[in-house]
Amino acid sequence: METSFAITGKGYVLVAADTTAARSIVKMKTDEDKIKILSPHLLMAYSGEPGDTIQFSEYVERNIRLYQIRNTLTLGPSAAASWIRRSLADSIRSRRPYAVNLLVGGYDTSSHTPELYWIDYLGTLTKIPFGAHGYGSYFALSLLDRYHDPEASLEEGIATLKRCLDEVAKRLVVSPGKYLVKVVDKDGVREIEI
Amino acid sequence: MARRYDSRTTIFSPEGRLYQIEYAMEAISHAGTVLGVLAKDGVVLAAEKKVTGKLLDLSSTKEGGYGGSGEKIYLLNDNVIGGVAGLTADANSLVNYARTAAQRHLLTYNEDIPVELLAQRLCNLKQGYTQFGGLRPFGVSLLYAGYDPHYQFQLYHSDPSGNYSGWKATCIGANNGTAQSLLKQEYKDDIEVKDAIGLVLRTMSKTMDSTTLGSEKLEFAVLTLDETTKRPKAKIYKPSEIDALLASEGLMKKDEDTEMKAA
Repeated sequence: METSFAITGKGYVLVAADTTAARSIVKMKTDEDKIKILSPHLLMAYSGEPGDTIQFSEYVERNIRLYQIRNTLTLGPSAAASWIRRSLADSIRSRRPYAVNLLVGGYDTSSHTPELYWIDYLGTLTKIPFGAHGYGSYFALSLLDRYHDPEASLEEGIATLKRCLDEVAKRLVVSPGKYLVKVVDKDGVREIEI
Repeated sequence: MARRYDSRTTIFSPEGRLYQIEYAMEAISHAGTVLGVLAKDGVVLAAEKKVTGKLLDLSSTKEGGYGGSGEKIYLLNDNVIGGVAGLTADANSLVNYARTAAQRHLLTYNEDIPVELLAQRLCNLKQGYTQFGGLRPFGVSLLYAGYDPHYQFQLYHSDPSGNYSGWKATCIGANNGTAQSLLKQEYKDDIEVKDAIGLVLRTMSKTMDSTTLGSEKLEFAVLTLDETTKRPKAKIYKPSEIDALLASEGLMKKDEDTEMKAA
């Protein structure tokens, strides 16, 4: 089942999401990218109702781009997350709400800090050092309580992330087979092999 | 015939000018002077008050509130101080608009509005009156002294046509030409707030009509960063603080006006 993780470390945020596109009990593909790059220093992992996720993440992507074009300034992670939260909070009070859960990770280029935000379809927003969505979260969070270190180097962060993925693979009945991992730091966003 | 193109704000004259806008700017150049200086670690704003007199009740400006007499210098948001020159009533309406715009940004993005964005919001409104009409444009120029994490301290000026620009030091209102040439001579790129305060007050004293400076003719504000919270700290001086500042800068009025001091 759909699962996404994110952890912060010294100067970076690691975001991982499974790559399965499924409908009912059928896997349709296993190389779906569910982490959107919103701006040079901003990432968003999305999960939830399949049609909604695409629609909403594209809506977010384009609005954040529009802000950049209009105002020449880029939205920081905190401002972007607040805007996204507001969109979801408005959505859930509308006739046809989006069912989308998000992990927004970014690097604040003015304060030089990595920031991670956990957002759900109800419009909840929390700033966290690590987090997860989906069934995987039941296995990963306790692990991260034990092993997460905000001062960890990227290699150590990746090792911690691997622990989570392995645990989910071992214990979850419907565990996803493959994950896509992206990292955001002072140099921007890049994909990493794991 | 000469006045054919005067009456409407949105119609070009044959020379390609918008007279109402030019008249609005003319009105501003007779208004009380507002002067701003951008420093390395803050922004300083000073303004000349025009509505004065012994009988004017200023009790509300002496205590309570956030400082300032409500004539020239306003707090637009936590991170922006505005100084207005022109029609005070028009300015009030623009100040209200600016505060609403700033709060709307805070509501959607949970951060203080960037200074340039706030200037743009007001300029969009002002520009509307040069194209879509209405009865007349806003007869107001503003100085925005602000801070945001993108460009740190900033100073902007906007005029009735909807143009805006960023400055290191500038002046609007009466005698702005004199003040600007004085600022041009004296401004140094790495000036600090404590020197900028002196520069502003000295320039003010040279451009204002009256020979002596005092809190009854002057409004004053400084925007700096709070050392502990690293958040912008806007300070609009109260009359007693202005007098104390003038005294410490050695620009206090002579002792013959003791009656004003007693009040």
